[in-house]
Amino acid sequence: MATAVSSGPAQLTDRLLAPAWTPSRVWWVLFGISGAGTLVLAGAVAYTVATGIGVWGNNIPVAWAYAIINFVWWIGIGHAGTFISAFLLLFHQRWRSSINRVAEAMTLFALVNAGLFPLLHLGRPWFFYWLIPYPTRMGVWPQFKSALPWDAAAVATYFTVSLLFWYLGLVPDLAAARDRAPGRTRRRVYGVFALGWRGSGRQWHQYRVAYLILAGLAAPLVISVHSIVSLDFAISQLPGWHSTIFPPYFVVGAIYSGFAMVLLLLIPIRRAFQLEDIITERHLDNMAKLLLAMAWMLIYSYVVETFMAWYSGNVYERYTYLVERPFGPYAWIFWGMLTANVVVPQLFWWRRLRVSPPVLFAASLLILAGMWTERFIIIVTSLNRGFLPSSWHFYVPTWVDWSILFGSVAFFFFLFFLFLRFVPMVAISELKQQRHEASTAAAAVAAR
Amino acid sequence: MPALFPPSSNRTIRLTLAVAGAAIVGIPLALMAWVRTPAITGQHSAPAQPIPFDHRIHVTGLQIDCRYCHSTVERAAPAGIPATAVCVPCHSQVWRDGPVFAPVRHSLATGRPIPWQRVNSLPDFVFFNHAIHVRKGVGCETCHGRVDRMARVEQAAPLTMSWCLDCHRGPERYLRPVEQVTTMGWQPPGGQAVLGRELARRYQVSRLTNCSACHR
Repeated sequence: MATAVSSGPAQLTDRLLAPAWTPSRVWWVLFGISGAGTLVLAGAVAYTVATGIGVWGNNIPVAWAYAIINFVWWIGIGHAGTFISAFLLLFHQRWRSSINRVAEAMTLFALVNAGLFPLLHLGRPWFFYWLIPYPTRMGVWPQFKSALPWDAAAVATYFTVSLLFWYLGLVPDLAAARDRAPGRTRRRVYGVFALGWRGSGRQWHQYRVAYLILAGLAAPLVISVHSIVSLDFAISQLPGWHSTIFPPYFVVGAIYSGFAMVLLLLIPIRRAFQLEDIITERHLDNMAKLLLAMAWMLIYSYVVETFMAWYSGNVYERYTYLVERPFGPYAWIFWGMLTANVVVPQLFWWRRLRVSPPVLFAASLLILAGMWTERFIIIVTSLNRGFLPSSWHFYVPTWVDWSILFGSVAFFFFLFFLFLRFVPMVAISELKQQRHEASTAAAAVAAR
Repeated sequence: MPALFPPSSNRTIRLTLAVAGAAIVGIPLALMAWVRTPAITGQHSAPAQPIPFDHRIHVTGLQIDCRYCHSTVERAAPAGIPATAVCVPCHSQVWRDGPVFAPVRHSLATGRPIPWQRVNSLPDFVFFNHAIHVRKGVGCETCHGRVDRMARVEQAAPLTMSWCLDCHRGPERYLRPVEQVTTMGWQPPGGQAVLGRELARRYQVSRLTNCSACHR
């Protein structure tokens, strides 16, 4: 390290903790905007609960619409965080240390949003506990043959493990915040959350073991959670849903949209907090490559799905995939989806575009929109034209649907701005360890 | 700089975590127990009636059959609350005066029914039919308890869905010969296990546990 004095471990800690001590004016503005959006969400949710879900646009035959689209979309976004924190950790991808904190926080906030939608879609959200298998006074259990209780279990597990994983990773950094925070109150608050961390050798040893165990627990969840979400569709008999490729197809789509969201968050953060030396071009490059890889797996799924519809010889399958989607009333959304999910990521064949923040930012935004429309296509175009043409229906969302969708996006950013304000946003201790190892390795080479 | 936390902090936080853990487990368990108590189910509740009608006198003392007053029990969904006209043939002869019988006289004079209070109330989303239960050999006593011993009629059963399902999942445990339906304190000769299965076969009683059996 040539500039050891200005970027030593202590300076690095101070630099990365600084945003937590004094909020900038930009932070207040963005926090205010996202807070206002959260109020819109609260209002729309209150209106929905007070009036009933008839205020939404979905109705038979399109019984599932925005609530389920948003649910699948948000759950999917969450997957990148776990992928980065668990999979990349287990595969010793050390570049993850710069971005895993943000990605894990994103996972949690995405899951909070995701959980909102099935609860609202219940119609009577105060009976949410009926999803939990417990000995009821009614003497009945949830229908274990239905994918919906599986969903509840998968999402609850996912949220718990993600929260523990995120928090455990935070503990050493919270201790650093405790030791450096200005003012006794803040020190005490961080001190409580740091759980008495002293950084002793024994604590580090136990911490490492616990972290690896949680990573091992979280890794299968990357695969299982969205697979189970996909079964909501796949175990039904509806053309457009009844397909064995759904679990891997959904997992790939989830990680794809999640990486887009990570980039969408990291690019402005990197700029605003001048973290170009921590979230380097290499990080952008790697994530863009992952996006490209996921895009191709998704393309494969699209192709297989469409091919199987034709190959099945089933007129309803063929109609849904080969007529309704490309040429039906929602064809413009279908083609928009293909543009965003298939064409846009091809930009990342070029390194210059992979490391260009504006290109990555715009592409991530398009991919996120594309993945939302993918769920729209899967859900709405499978339902709106069923086996009985007399019950065909053109689905249109209402203003409440839109308010809840954009409100949930605002709520996500609201939580995220709170995170940026109060929690160390980069895994400082991991980063310092890596820098130390890199510098000792360099010294060893120099000494030889 | 003084220490951030006093030495007792470890104990405080351990205690807090223990209490929080106990609350997370304990509160749902307490709620689950609470909804099963008579305070919530209404079991043993005996609402005050306009007339202190005593079933002990009528059933045990006078040996009047249940169906004399609850006359639609064998052919309709409701068992039937007797019209004032059912009371009058006897009560024009005996016990016809006095303030206690004022509601009967008032009802007879005006033609308005006596405002009896419902004791066994099922939710509106449950379809219950007395006739089919009685005709398949479910005794009055099985659900309504020993009415012959009740000075004021009370809700004998919790009337929860699990209580309904308990019988619907194994009706042979509760069946009796249809001739014995109104008998109070009936005991199965030779044991319920053998007789119940035999009756279930004879009356073609199936285990109706599909949702739409009751929720139509």
